Amino acid sequence: MRLSFDIALRFLKSGKGQTLLIILGISVGVAVQMFIGSLIQGLQISLVDTTIGSSSQITISSVNKDKTIKNWERVVYEANLLSPNIKNISVSADGPANIDYEEDIDSVLIRGFNLDDADRIYKFKEGLLEGSLPFKKDETIIGKELSTKSKAKLNDKIVIVTPSGEQIKLKVTGIFDLEVSSLNDTWVVTNLETAQEILSLDSNVTSVEMQVSDVFKADEIAKQLKYTLSIEDTKVDNWKDQNQSLLSGLNGQSVSSYMIQVFVLVAVLLGISSVLAISVVQRSKQLGILKAMGIKDKDASLIFVFQGLMLGLIGAIIGVCFGFALLYVFTKFAVKPDGNPVVPIFINKGFIALSGMFAILSATIASLIPARLSSKLNPIEVIKNG
Amino acid sequence: MANIVELKNINKIYGDKIKTQVLYDINLRFEENSFNSIIGESGSGKSTLLNIIGTLDKPTNGEVFIDQNRTDTLDKKALSVLRNQTMGFIFQFHYLLPEFTAKENVLMPYKINSYKVPKEVDEWADELINLVGLAKVKNNLATDMSGGQQQRTAIARALINKPKIILADEPTGNLDSDTTENVYSILKNINKNFKTTFIIITHDQRIAEKTDRIIEIKDGRINLDLRK
Repeated sequence: MRLSFDIALRFLKSGKGQTLLIILGISVGVAVQMFIGSLIQGLQISLVDTTIGSSSQITISSVNKDKTIKNWERVVYEANLLSPNIKNISVSADGPANIDYEEDIDSVLIRGFNLDDADRIYKFKEGLLEGSLPFKKDETIIGKELSTKSKAKLNDKIVIVTPSGEQIKLKVTGIFDLEVSSLNDTWVVTNLETAQEILSLDSNVTSVEMQVSDVFKADEIAKQLKYTLSIEDTKVDNWKDQNQSLLSGLNGQSVSSYMIQVFVLVAVLLGISSVLAISVVQRSKQLGILKAMGIKDKDASLIFVFQGLMLGLIGAIIGVCFGFALLYVFTKFAVKPDGNPVVPIFINKGFIALSGMFAILSATIASLIPARLSSKLNPIEVIKNG
Repeated sequence: MANIVELKNINKIYGDKIKTQVLYDINLRFEENSFNSIIGESGSGKSTLLNIIGTLDKPTNGEVFIDQNRTDTLDKKALSVLRNQTMGFIFQFHYLLPEFTAKENVLMPYKINSYKVPKEVDEWADELINLVGLAKVKNNLATDMSGGQQQRTAIARALINKPKIILADEPTGNLDSDTTENVYSILKNINKNFKTTFIIITHDQRIAEKTDRIIEIKDGRINLDLRK
């Protein structure tokens, strides 16, 4: 076996051009695979993040007549207890109301939060164009579209008509832009107390919202939550059930990315295999005499398996370096006007290790064909021809 | 003296559809320590005969005994071991591995059996290299030697495992007459000093005359068997 390794090494060293060509082939394959994989993963992560990163991923709401959760402190407590995966739990008192600006009346959604909790989900602070959060009673922040429509500026008062017909004035302490126009257009965000008063909820809330660390486990966690909650008359929604089309889009993207990666690998595999098969023919004299001298078929085959293994290993290492270089160039040159890359790259160490391993594995598999050829080679055929 | 090689009723037929018989009922014995030559025209079947003795080829029927052991029924793996331990080959072409140096080539048959080379084997390799007069070029790659040097390396390589039999197929076919003389005196010395049996195919009448026994093969049959 050691001898097979020695011979393999010498063969590779003596055919430098050929060796470099194969290594280059493997490296390019690995680099492309790594680049595409990282790109698609980055794309998906950023897509998921923009879509659901700043919204409730699991929402507990009430199914009783008045749609309120009375014992919401218990719900929060139980959700907290259930899983370390659950984070950013926030209660909200929501309900429709109308906004009355001089010439018109429009419907809005009153959303009352404990603002420190809700900010972790909705990132109001980051989204504030001006002003500050409405911590005090009868204060509010509104979206920029609603602000334009109602001509309400900072520190102006807007008039909200409650479902029961009462008029309540709220002071605008901030204008936000959450980058979703329907929110900017309809949300009137207040503290919990204000919303509870407008919507006559007493001290109840209408939903408990939360996020999860592993967003793709939201459905499982929601199911567990539903099962463990001691409060009756609740339903638990999760983003996955509400965004089936996004999920199937992501899925399609993953599948096509896998396809590309598989075909790149197959191309690399065929390349290595054919070059190594040629090298069996090139080295048939050497193999013939080694067999005449008594090398076993297994050891003769091992020469080529070792070649495949070494080529795969070196190719994978260089390929990963190439891949990083490619990703680096991409993040430096394919940028949006603000200097951020067009697609944020996601470096997944496990994935990169896996694609390197796959290259080594496929190079070894590719070497099995020439290994078999060499095992079949009959020494007298070579010696007769010589 | 004991027979190191014994052939009984060897027939060799090539081809499936169109059958070509190359050897007809060959019965031959070679004694230990003998120095033999096989002569014959090209196509007479002498190389086939040598390949059958060397277990590189199998007879269509008949029995082959090497050192009292029947070989035509052994599997490939057992034959590999047998060839490695009891036989040395010298061909018309040297078949050195161009990727290795002269000394590495000489050690190759030993390493095929066991990778680690003990000191005495290493010294034996040097001794063989001196014997064939290659001390100066022993660390040259096989490609950086003259034809004669390459062939002498191949001879040293054939001897590294101290085989009982050396099979040589036109070992000097590619060499000029001076080198040929030199190579044969080396072979003759080895035969004398190491008690190695030689079976040498040659077309050179003068060389054949220097051997102890001349066997002529004609059309697949033994035409002449001359002992000195």
